Amino acid sequence: MGRITLNNITKSFGDVQVIPPLDLTIEDGEFTVFVGPSGCGKSTLLRLIAGLEDMTSGHMEIDGRDVTDVPPAKRGLAMVFQSYALYPHMSVRKNIAFPMRMAGVDQAEQDAKIEKAAAALNLIDYLDRRPGQLSGGQRQRVAIGRAIVREPAAFLFDEPLSNLDAALRVGMRLEISELHERLETTMIYVTHDQVEAMTMADKIVVLRAGVIEQVGSPLELYREPRNLFVAGFIGSPRMNLIEGPEAAKHGATHIGIRPEHIAVSPDAGEWAGKVGVAEHLGSDTFFHVHVNDFAEPLTVRAPGEVSFRSGDTIHMTPDIARMHRFGRDGLRIA
Amino acid sequence: MARAASTGAKIGWSALAWAIGLLIFFPILWTILTSFKTEAEAIASPPSLFAFDWTLENYGVVQERSNYVRFLWNSVIIAGGSTLLGIVIAVPAAWAMAFQPTKRTKDILLWMLSTKMLPAVGVLYPIYLICIQLGVLDSKAALVFILMLINLPIIVWMLYTYFREIPGEILEAARMDGASLRSEILYVLTPMAVPGIASTILLNFILAWNEAFWTLNLTAVNAAPLTAFIASYSSPEGLFFAKLSAASTMAIAPILILGWFSQKQLVRGLTFGAVK
Repeated sequence: MGRITLNNITKSFGDVQVIPPLDLTIEDGEFTVFVGPSGCGKSTLLRLIAGLEDMTSGHMEIDGRDVTDVPPAKRGLAMVFQSYALYPHMSVRKNIAFPMRMAGVDQAEQDAKIEKAAAALNLIDYLDRRPGQLSGGQRQRVAIGRAIVREPAAFLFDEPLSNLDAALRVGMRLEISELHERLETTMIYVTHDQVEAMTMADKIVVLRAGVIEQVGSPLELYREPRNLFVAGFIGSPRMNLIEGPEAAKHGATHIGIRPEHIAVSPDAGEWAGKVGVAEHLGSDTFFHVHVNDFAEPLTVRAPGEVSFRSGDTIHMTPDIARMHRFGRDGLRIA
Repeated sequence: MARAASTGAKIGWSALAWAIGLLIFFPILWTILTSFKTEAEAIASPPSLFAFDWTLENYGVVQERSNYVRFLWNSVIIAGGSTLLGIVIAVPAAWAMAFQPTKRTKDILLWMLSTKMLPAVGVLYPIYLICIQLGVLDSKAALVFILMLINLPIIVWMLYTYFREIPGEILEAARMDGASLRSEILYVLTPMAVPGIASTILLNFILAWNEAFWTLNLTAVNAAPLTAFIASYSSPEGLFFAKLSAASTMAIAPILILGWFSQKQLVRGLTFGAVK
């Protein structure tokens, strides 16, 4: 079990309030991702849940038990750190055994669980090595192994993949998702990478300056961003936001249209512009198009190989049904 | 940053370093040489550096006159005991200051260090009286305790500097893994800090071994360590340089040998924080 409730919690460092009053419920078994730009308070929020930082006010429950003043060791949570935070003086086996040793689990059971975790994480051959002799990906798996054997109420991940190279990151992302499907344990995952958030989460919590901007499933956030910030943050490449007369035509201060919701044509369309940069990825082609009346170039995504080049004039038509409208206050207009 | 140095400059700097090294080492070398001379040669003018009749006579006399082993044993107990006791107290203190700092941590560290700037003789009288009152004058236990207190600021500082290089996340991981404070310090922090703790022990052992002010003033017969052994040869019957040198050589030999074999640790201990 692992249902985590945060009630009206705040956190201040000195005079600076980094988390204004915040409420959030994470359901048992849910994969929740905290996402936001750096400095948005997502790691602080995770550390508050872990108990590594004290809340300034408010209270927190795990499965109905008030854990506000419970030290991290007794909250029954496991954490995977960005730096892996393995014990450098212990072998992989001893690293994984450490939480069980602290809990006084008997040796036979420890061995059985280590074997099981090592098998699941492809670490069997490395059990007697020190962390210093492992690659980044292997170290990350040891950190996960150390978390698994605790059988925690919830796993906390603090940007676990940001020290890995791009290829490994995709692999580990899948492994963590598979782990979640297998264990069905609550997981809270902090990242600044919205692709990780979109691909892994059941529920995304978008944070800015300690404030929750929106909570929802990845597709809810994609389809109906609540405000300009979420609209600009979720989706890759990011949504085109247009203001001025063009937005006024649709009765809004800003309109937003995703690059994939704009159709391109060589001769006819609603907007015309000059291609600045064309990025040919094979599967897709991205154009950065300068349109006369717009403050910023439009990003347009065309499926497959499209042969416009830099300097060509192209015509574009937005999909009106998928256009987002935002009012003066930055909120979505239904 | 690599800087090309000309061969001439390299030779010049090396020569200078050797010259300074020799200058610092010379008194010790002189003492050792003198210990192998006869008393007459020891005060001969001009003195001869190597060209004299080498003799072990002084060592024989020193052995006969005093019980070297008992002084040595007292030195080991006092230096070792005060260092180990200091470590036991300083590890938790340095942990607190390195990983749970407050606004006042820096002030406390400086305040502790300031006690090292106090002239020892300023507190000799009260400490002497306290020792009399407690009946612990000339006892090893009292010296262990006093030398521990005197070196504690240095031990805490050294460990603090070392602990600061240990990533806090690893200790947080231990906390998340269910470790109590005791387990965290015992099973995670201390093993990771072994090199630092070792050099701290070494340096403080040497400091305590060489400490003469308190050991001379607070001991008589029973607890007297090697410093008192040396002092007993600057005798009232006149100066016997050769015997004094023999006694000094015997007193510093153990620590010289220890220092020689642990040079690397010692240098690391004195420079950590400065180099990664």
